[in-house]
Amino acid sequence: MKKYFFLISLLVAGAVLLLIIFFMIKGVQLPVLNPHGIIAKGEKNIIVTSTLIMLVAVIPTYAFTFFVTTAYAADKQSTDVHPASPASKKIVTALLWAIPSIIILCIGVLTWKGAHTLDPAKKINSNIKPLTIQVVALEWKWLFLYPEQNIATVNFIEIPKDTPVHFQLTADAPMNSFWIPELSGQIYTMAGMVTNLHVVADKEGTFAGSAAEINGRGFSGMQFQVQSVSKNIFDSWVGSIQKSGTRLSQTEYSKLAEPSENNPKTFFSSYDKNVYNNIVTKFNPPAPANQIGGM
Amino acid sequence: MNHFLFGNLTWQALPHEWFTIGGTASIVLMGTVVALFLTRKKLWTWLWRNWLTSTDPKKVGIMYILVACLMLFRGALDAAMIWLQQILSVGNSHGYLNAAHFQQIFTAHGDIMVFFVTMGFLAGLLNIIVPLQIGARDLAFPFLNTLGFWLYVAGAIFINLFFVFGGEFAAAGWLSFPPLSELAYSPGVGVDYWIWSLQISGLGSLIAGINFIVTIIKMRAPGMTLMKMPLFTWTALSSMVLVVSVFPILAITILMLWLDRFFGMHFFTSTNGGNPMMYINLIWMWGHPEVYILVIPSFGIFSEVVSTFSKKASFSYRSLVAAALGIMLLSMLVWLHHFFTMGAGADVNTFFGIMTGIIAIPTSVQIFNWLATMYKGKITFSQPMYWFLGFVATFTMGGMAGVLMSSPAADFQFHNSLFLVAHFHTMVFGGALFGIFAGLTYWFPKVTGFKLNEAWGRAAFWFWQVGFFVAFVPLYILGFMGATRRLDHYTDPTWQRFFIMAGCGIVLIAIGAGIQIIQIIVSYRQRNEHKDTTGDPWDGRTLEWSVPSPAPFYNFRTIPNVTERDAFWDMKQKSKSAHQHIDTLAQPQYEDIELPKNTAMGIYVSAFVFIAAFGFVWHIVWMIVLGIGGAIVCVIIRSLDAETEYTIPAAEIERIEKEKSIAYNQ
Repeated sequence: MKKYFFLISLLVAGAVLLLIIFFMIKGVQLPVLNPHGIIAKGEKNIIVTSTLIMLVAVIPTYAFTFFVTTAYAADKQSTDVHPASPASKKIVTALLWAIPSIIILCIGVLTWKGAHTLDPAKKINSNIKPLTIQVVALEWKWLFLYPEQNIATVNFIEIPKDTPVHFQLTADAPMNSFWIPELSGQIYTMAGMVTNLHVVADKEGTFAGSAAEINGRGFSGMQFQVQSVSKNIFDSWVGSIQKSGTRLSQTEYSKLAEPSENNPKTFFSSYDKNVYNNIVTKFNPPAPANQIGGM
Repeated sequence: MNHFLFGNLTWQALPHEWFTIGGTASIVLMGTVVALFLTRKKLWTWLWRNWLTSTDPKKVGIMYILVACLMLFRGALDAAMIWLQQILSVGNSHGYLNAAHFQQIFTAHGDIMVFFVTMGFLAGLLNIIVPLQIGARDLAFPFLNTLGFWLYVAGAIFINLFFVFGGEFAAAGWLSFPPLSELAYSPGVGVDYWIWSLQISGLGSLIAGINFIVTIIKMRAPGMTLMKMPLFTWTALSSMVLVVSVFPILAITILMLWLDRFFGMHFFTSTNGGNPMMYINLIWMWGHPEVYILVIPSFGIFSEVVSTFSKKASFSYRSLVAAALGIMLLSMLVWLHHFFTMGAGADVNTFFGIMTGIIAIPTSVQIFNWLATMYKGKITFSQPMYWFLGFVATFTMGGMAGVLMSSPAADFQFHNSLFLVAHFHTMVFGGALFGIFAGLTYWFPKVTGFKLNEAWGRAAFWFWQVGFFVAFVPLYILGFMGATRRLDHYTDPTWQRFFIMAGCGIVLIAIGAGIQIIQIIVSYRQRNEHKDTTGDPWDGRTLEWSVPSPAPFYNFRTIPNVTERDAFWDMKQKSKSAHQHIDTLAQPQYEDIELPKNTAMGIYVSAFVFIAAFGFVWHIVWMIVLGIGGAIVCVIIRSLDAETEYTIPAAEIERIEKEKSIAYNQ
């Protein structure tokens, strides 16, 4: 009787915990599980499928643990019987190695396929011409350059829905990680280097983006917004930015690059074409000519 | 002149903020209370002779565990401060900590919990148990053992020293990635304190690693072949092989970071040809195996516990040994999974992803084997078994999260999120810490001579276990919600309720820890009721249970002869079939025993190293010279000392043993 009481209280406690979590989760955004871009959807599929494959082994393990602990408790057995030393049965041993091996084999295939199809550097197949956005992580804000449109923004990206977007990312600050969970997973931004990330949004909406790698004082305020809109609205948005406000000159950029926290969205009608290249090359200046090509 | 004497150290470095003043005050207060107590009770000589200068691994082990407990308190306080800030700091409210202070706290929390709590507990358990399990009286290098311990203590003091001098700790995360940790972005002394506390304690770990490997290889009792070694010793060996393989990488990597900071070099800077990616690559070559260094010995503890309390030999001993060695090897081949997001390309990522997944195979095999050991056993549910079952529940969950993240495409979404934070806390709690608790309760009577109170222990377990789920399940969910780690402030108000729930979990865990303190006090008061008069309170299987509790300082009166696995169990079975008490099987033989003398050299060397490190942090040249020179001279003096051992005559051993048996029979 005592045993059942214990089991019931354990189940009740678990149910209460699940119920609390269920009510907490209602109405909450879960971008990783509710993505709006094909890359993030592919990533979610891998997460869900791998979990299900693992549960095939995990649920029986939990069940067997429960069975063993209740069935072979000492107080259920007569006191003078000592279990014989077990023969380590070869067949059982082999089975115990085989089960996880098969599971990991399945997940390994998923891993292989996922890593290749969802490689962030891989172009997305589409009939629509991709949009290039250059991303610069600064202390502590994100600068976005649209080379084809010749506009620049801070902490805000607008993209047309269904159009592949090619992010080229670098940093003029400590290393950072660029993350828009609804569209895709993270990629690092590093000074003097360029990483690539291809995404596409398949829905209109506003998505949250963040800096995911600790990079100093203003880290937590380094958030940005991604607005996915129709092609027409995007074009008119570009037009309105081009007509508005200031130009991001080299001096204006130097001011922007100074450390600052919790920056608002800012827009630049055009920018100096050298800004991006200067950022990338200034950390590793090209070697002097007489050193190129050996001694 | 001032600069010569004090380097960069100025009045501004002395405490002037609430947390540095508080920290300094509590350090001074604690020191004074302890000093007054020792002086009043006239215990200084006792402390120095019997403990601080002791080379007895059991005493060194106890000291390791006590220091680890102190550091656990510090690390837990950090955790509570992190949680409180995250509960409060949403929307317009910015909590009670500024960003820089918050970042220092989580950096310190991570380093303290890994280097000074978990490593401390493990070193302690290894010191106490490994010699007893292999039938040895001591470690191979007793002096190195005390040196390793005192370097660990020096590191532990050093990581708290910024409270008194400097006022800031590193704020760049527990592994201090450059370029953030370089002078350009972290000009203060925080990162230097970080470098040198890890450098000192890392040196201690390396020394301990060498010592245990040699001890296990060379000092086993006659007849104990490798394949007859207890499983805890096997896992200790695997873990120490990892220590020796990877700690040099840590030492060199943070040395290069220090060269950048001290001499203005450019190993890892973003400018002038430095390469921060190389630091991340190197530090994880050490960092990933480090996680396994922490968790592999716990696997060994569970093997012992499950087998003892099921009254059965471990199912497929060979599988368990193979699994420990397999995990050891594989753990050195997966480090790149910590930076799939660096853009290495699909092929490289796939290789490391699949290698990571493969680690799950030997790990699952271990769990299956333990369950197979319990199958048809006769299981007593004592406290260590509770910790084991808690381990199965949590570790399986954390393992699933780990396999998920081994897939690069999935990892892109989990990297640096609170999902990841929840994952590794699941592994360190469920894996390393629950194992340590199981080990501490299991071997407690061997060290003290009495068992821990059962009811309080079970209550503590339930608070820890439930508290764990309440604290970390919300973090998994927050990860899915897009919450990154290390946030001192967030804007989305729906996140707050999850942080509050996590905070409740922390309270439950704290109650669990409180109950453990009560448990120790209660057990001490009831020590006569729970006295272990046989030396074998759990009907154990390995050699440590063949000696009285607490174990005599020379461990074994005569070195046992081993013929089977589970050597002590085998002896008990043989004596039972001969209808004889185990002690009367043979007339007791007494022999002269050689043991290492006490030495204070470990303390002196560590003190000099400490001085040198302080000089490195503050650019005080005379301290650097004095520290390094002093340490070298001490080591030379010690090396020239030919008489490091003393002999206890057989008659003396006989007297001690007879006294003990009279005490038992009363």
